Amino acid sequence: MSTTVRTIPDRLRSLLEQRLKSWETLLLLVAIGIFIANSFASPYFLNAWNLSDATFNFTEKAMIAFAMALLIISGEIDLSVASIIALASTAMGAAVQMGVGTPGLVLIGLGVGLLCGAFNGVLVTRMGLPSIVVTIGTMSLFRGISFIVLGDQAFRGYPASFSWFGQGYVWWVISFEFVLFAIIALIYAVLLHKTNFGRAVYAIGNNATGAMFSGIRVQRVKFILFLLTGLMSGVAAICLTARLGSTRPSIATGWELEIVTMVVLGGVSILGGSGTIAGVVIAAFVMGLVTFGLGLLNVPGIVMSIVIGALLIGVIALPRLWSVWRAR
Amino acid sequence: MLKQSDIILTPEGATEDAAVLALEGITKTFPGVKALSEVSLRLVPGKVTALIGENGAGKSTVVKILTGIYQPDGGTILVNGKSTTFPVPQAAADHGVTAIHQETVLFDELSVAENIFLGHAPRGKFGLIDLKAMNRKAQDILAGIGANIDPEHKLKDLGIANKHLVAIARALSIDARVVIMDEPTAALSHKEIEELYELVESLKAQGKAILFISHKFDEIFRIADNYTVFRDGQLIGDGAIADVTEADLVKMMVGRDVSQIFPARTPNPGETVLKVAGYSHPTEFEDIGFTLRKGEILGFYGLVGAGRSEFMQSLFGITRPSAGTVEIDGKTVQIKSPADAVENGIVYVPEDRGRQGAILDLPIFQNVTLPSLGRISGRGFLKLAEEFKLAREYTERLDLRAASLDTHVGNLSGGNQQKVVIAKWLATQPKVIILDEPTKGVDIGSKAAVHEFMAELAAQGLAVIMVSSEIPEIMGMSDRVIVMREGRIIVELADRDLQPETLVRHAAGI
Repeated sequence: MSTTVRTIPDRLRSLLEQRLKSWETLLLLVAIGIFIANSFASPYFLNAWNLSDATFNFTEKAMIAFAMALLIISGEIDLSVASIIALASTAMGAAVQMGVGTPGLVLIGLGVGLLCGAFNGVLVTRMGLPSIVVTIGTMSLFRGISFIVLGDQAFRGYPASFSWFGQGYVWWVISFEFVLFAIIALIYAVLLHKTNFGRAVYAIGNNATGAMFSGIRVQRVKFILFLLTGLMSGVAAICLTARLGSTRPSIATGWELEIVTMVVLGGVSILGGSGTIAGVVIAAFVMGLVTFGLGLLNVPGIVMSIVIGALLIGVIALPRLWSVWRAR
Repeated sequence: MLKQSDIILTPEGATEDAAVLALEGITKTFPGVKALSEVSLRLVPGKVTALIGENGAGKSTVVKILTGIYQPDGGTILVNGKSTTFPVPQAAADHGVTAIHQETVLFDELSVAENIFLGHAPRGKFGLIDLKAMNRKAQDILAGIGANIDPEHKLKDLGIANKHLVAIARALSIDARVVIMDEPTAALSHKEIEELYELVESLKAQGKAILFISHKFDEIFRIADNYTVFRDGQLIGDGAIADVTEADLVKMMVGRDVSQIFPARTPNPGETVLKVAGYSHPTEFEDIGFTLRKGEILGFYGLVGAGRSEFMQSLFGITRPSAGTVEIDGKTVQIKSPADAVENGIVYVPEDRGRQGAILDLPIFQNVTLPSLGRISGRGFLKLAEEFKLAREYTERLDLRAASLDTHVGNLSGGNQQKVVIAKWLATQPKVIILDEPTKGVDIGSKAAVHEFMAELAAQGLAVIMVSSEIPEIMGMSDRVIVMREGRIIVELADRDLQPETLVRHAAGI
């Protein structure tokens, strides 16, 4: 049966059209709106140094959020990230007391992050435990170790060269952290959107069984994602510790929820399978701008968390309305 | 084909009695498939009616309509001669229709009595469940069917046979008038089957109408009074079991002209590409061994649950075998995951397309290229142009009908989804392709296209394994057929002139 071969078009709608009608575009409009509103609300907002300071509200969290985005797209989650920061920071603090220099501190920070990520990864992928349960457990475990080591003490005395990771500026108002944030965003965007690995992440998140039946090594991919999330927590621990100049066991408390909020606000489906790094980048700016703007207006912290909470619920509800609009 | 349904209901002998429950002209369509086409069925008090048909003949669809799980698209349901509907399962239960399934839904953590009376437990003060009364009544019912089970035990402590009895007790507890038994003996030992027969006899004596679904002819002739045969969703014949022989029933089940719809092939097997020996699994299959040559289509026939899919999935690396060896092109290979299987040139098109075969929420081109990304990417980086090229090449060979390659697979019809899955594997340039029920849930047009394509693949030298429960497909496509029953290979039939009756006999063990 030699039927005439018909040519199936690649796409019906161009990539540009798909992008214009995307969640990210909507979020970008929201970000611009908040920016404009802020500049009217406070005379101090449109100041280069103030804006630069504002980026510290999100750079460290966003670094973890990128890795978390991949993990959530794959259908898993890691709630222990803030506790990994605490443990990594504590390890670095202890090393300082033993006279370890800056390169050693960086290696320890990254190493502890990787180890914690590997521990989560082994429990989830080898033992088949649900990641939400595993990482709620390690959330207490990692921070608990930090509390045992430190009690109500704090580690101080980080070398001046180490402080640069949290307080240094590369050029004018552009901080080292902001540059690092941009580089990491780029790396994760390429990893998720331009590589085979990224494609596997989407496939697993949409249908892990189908991905396995397609010859994808599902558990290996997930293990790597836990490693990456741990590693990024280590990076964030270095930046945050360097910025604060001290380590307390309560460091970065509650960050895991802010990071998950950032990821979900960025359009990543909490059920897995969809989302982009660009969305998370914009969401980071939105959250940074909101916190900073409210701060300039002297809004108390508790109101800020109400706003962030309202933002998150809005995000869960909006996609439903959004898909109705998009279907037209 | 539709005309066959006109033969029905020329009442004689068996159908004189008033039916307590009857279906008339029932039609049920699923997207792309007509599951039932104007079928009728009569269930008479005090009689056992056997429902007979191949896999996919429409038996389970009928059961689901009788129990209110599916709504028919046309036709009427008659209860004591009055037209009615079963919009929800509870409505069927209210009319005294109850089903005991192959895997009956019972609750492990509840007690035997709670399972029996779930939803209609006797109530005491304040509307609370009267535990004492419930246990006593459960005891009475269980004693009535000769079951020696403590009603206060948790269900999970019972064996399969006793769980079955609990399911039957549950059916009796709601004062059932119609009892549907879907392959009730499948999991039972010989002695337990005898006990079940006695129970069926006592239910008959109580005036219950029984619908008995079974693949085993010996038990059909042992306990059934009437029979109804379905084939491809149509009623082929019904009447009293005393008027027919086993051969008559088999012929009704499978008899049809199979030669015309399948592509003509001149098999030309090349060298051996796959050799499996002593392949075993602790529970699913045992000592599977065969060879497969290039350009060959090897059919695997058997009843549902014969272990064919389980074996194929193990060969594909999903589950680990407990023993056995696999050779590809004369070299022993270790397959520990699907990724290993694909690397060694073995690919598997699963029966469960939506969950295992395709990733429905991803576009067609991403589905097709997923296992081939390593080959067509540059050092791990995607090359979109190459992806579209590869996807186009293979989907067009299969004559895929889709709006664009960017369309989500979930938006395609069953047949076109299957083409995407096959295209995905062909793009990996495999040596052996395993097709598990390749045309299940596929419309007639796409069915022919899939068959055509299988023949073409074999002609090009690919070794094909086809698992199928459809006798025409097995007979029309295979060069050799292996029949499996209860996890073992029963026989290998090499001739192309094999008979449907032979296949059924070996598969059912009669």
